[in-house]
Amino acid sequence: MSMMKNFMTWIDDRYPATKVWNEHLAQYYAPKNFNFWYFMGSLALLVLVIQILTGVWLAMNYKPDAELAFGSVEYIMRDVDWGWLIRYMHSTGASAFFVVIYLHMFRGLMYGSYRKPRELLWIIGVIIYLAMMATAFFGYLLPWGQMSYWGAQVIVNLFSAVPVIGPDLGVWVRGDYVISDATLNRFFALHFLLPFILAALVFIHIVALHKVGSNNPDGVEIKKGPKGNRWSDKAPADGIPFHPYYTVKDIAGVAGFLFIFAAVVFFAPEMGGYFIEHPNFEPANPLKTPEHIAPVWYFTPFYAILRAVPSIAGSAFPGVVAMFASILIMFFMPWLDRSPVKSIRYKGMLYKVMLWVFVVNFILLGYLGTQPTTDLYKLLAQIGTIYYFAFFLLMPIYSKMDNTKPVPERVTE
Amino acid sequence: MKKLIVAFLLAVTPMLGLAAGGGVPLDDADIDLSDQASLQRGAKYFMNYCLSCHSAKYQRYNRMAKDLGLTEQEVIDNLMFTTDKIGGTMNIAMTAEKGTEWFGNPPPDLSVIARARGVDWLYTYLRGFYIDEKRPFGVNNRVFPDVGMPNVLWQLQGDQKAVFKTEVHNGTETEVLDRLEPASEGTMSPEEFDQVARDITAFLSYIGEPIQMERKRLGVWVLLFIAVFFVMSYLLKKEYWKDVH
Repeated sequence: MSMMKNFMTWIDDRYPATKVWNEHLAQYYAPKNFNFWYFMGSLALLVLVIQILTGVWLAMNYKPDAELAFGSVEYIMRDVDWGWLIRYMHSTGASAFFVVIYLHMFRGLMYGSYRKPRELLWIIGVIIYLAMMATAFFGYLLPWGQMSYWGAQVIVNLFSAVPVIGPDLGVWVRGDYVISDATLNRFFALHFLLPFILAALVFIHIVALHKVGSNNPDGVEIKKGPKGNRWSDKAPADGIPFHPYYTVKDIAGVAGFLFIFAAVVFFAPEMGGYFIEHPNFEPANPLKTPEHIAPVWYFTPFYAILRAVPSIAGSAFPGVVAMFASILIMFFMPWLDRSPVKSIRYKGMLYKVMLWVFVVNFILLGYLGTQPTTDLYKLLAQIGTIYYFAFFLLMPIYSKMDNTKPVPERVTE
Repeated sequence: MKKLIVAFLLAVTPMLGLAAGGGVPLDDADIDLSDQASLQRGAKYFMNYCLSCHSAKYQRYNRMAKDLGLTEQEVIDNLMFTTDKIGGTMNIAMTAEKGTEWFGNPPPDLSVIARARGVDWLYTYLRGFYIDEKRPFGVNNRVFPDVGMPNVLWQLQGDQKAVFKTEVHNGTETEVLDRLEPASEGTMSPEEFDQVARDITAFLSYIGEPIQMERKRLGVWVLLFIAVFFVMSYLLKKEYWKDVH
């Protein structure tokens, strides 16, 4: 083994390989009480890798050309060896990414992972979420089906609703007066670029995480607790080395995730029209508007908010503002929550009810966003939108009023 | 956790009622893609009745031969009426311009029509033509109102006529299609014709995604592998974690 040791010494003199390994894995101490919700971070990383790898391979046969795009996807599905698998992994991966990220974000809401000292960690996370949404939006145009085309048409038209500069902004985004070949080409370029920016943001997210340390289901700062564990006198008593403990645990989580993922890829890749929408099997036709246009499920809560806000003087701009506000408001979470405790375990009934109703409301908005507007649905979406904003804007009040429970000194089992 | 599951189910339940029928109830196509005889018959009807106006430009003949248990020579002799090559895709001579001239719209490519419309819709559509003298070809369709296509299978099926009923919505009476009845006899019995529609639907489902049977076959092994991998990784986790208190 001395040769290996010599080799590592040679490397370490020139690059901090062992140092990085220890600081971020073998001697990085994470709270020992992580539960189910803490799988989502590693799973999000896994899905990002799946998306980048399958995406690069898809790009080898995909043609970003309005005449050829639809056919090149079918070529991948039929004539490229294992092309169907790569494509289904990518289309399922897009939805899986949002499932995992929504659960990851919900974990943050539950355990107060956005609270001091993790404000910046949370903000970087919201930026990642925005980058993800942009990536998904650009990618959805590429199959060049009817829903790709008209979905993009509707969303880009939102930019046109901006007063004064709107119409020019729309043309600038599309590169044309309608969604066209020029739009497809630039969306492909951006869809290829953004994942690498996303990967860089994820790196920054992890750097920020390792600076402040992970939160945990109790919301107890293990760094402020007693010191000394089996591995080190200086390490937090409630911490365990990330490697091997959480690496082996995350591998089991990966296996569990892959089971569900493969079940969808192999047995229900369309997921009943939610992961791959039926109208997207008709080639894009600029002259034929589909009866009902809805974005993919992961955008529908925000789409419902957009449609819920009434137009002013024929302009949909207020809805557009509400939609963007509903996402950007997440940036302020660290300062909206005034509760003396972090974790939902020690928060009172008031906060718990607000959070659970928020979850149900978010899913309800998501459902409404998939449906054609009726009077009843519009009213429900308006109530849902009011609740969505009330959850955030009233948080400084209700989180303070809430009857909290005493937080233990150490993490619980 | 339990609360989350209940909340999720409550929210998802309304989605189950979501059917893409456009109001008309669809008949269950009940196709069986493992039935190669059905797919072969479907291919025969497709080549004879569909593939002169409709193309299937992403489907290759030799791929079909392989998947349907036919030799390439059998396909060349019995199923290829055009000058296409066996390794080529199912194209047609009719141009989009001619299609527009003759039918109002160019007949759509059928490669992935089963994925766009669904098999139940196709099955109901193929059996849903009825006499309507107001239409250019004298027929209309119950699931595709004012369709531009004639009933190409009329000789097999015979003609059907529509029986309407009056419904009252918010005080106004409207005539709605109730059911279809035979108006003349075809060369086939209704049961035989339903099987023809089913065979064509099965074939369209096959060309919509030729890999689908293989995908499911492979999926079983993939899931079995992951299940074993999960057990191993779980045991490994338990082994490592037994000293964490």
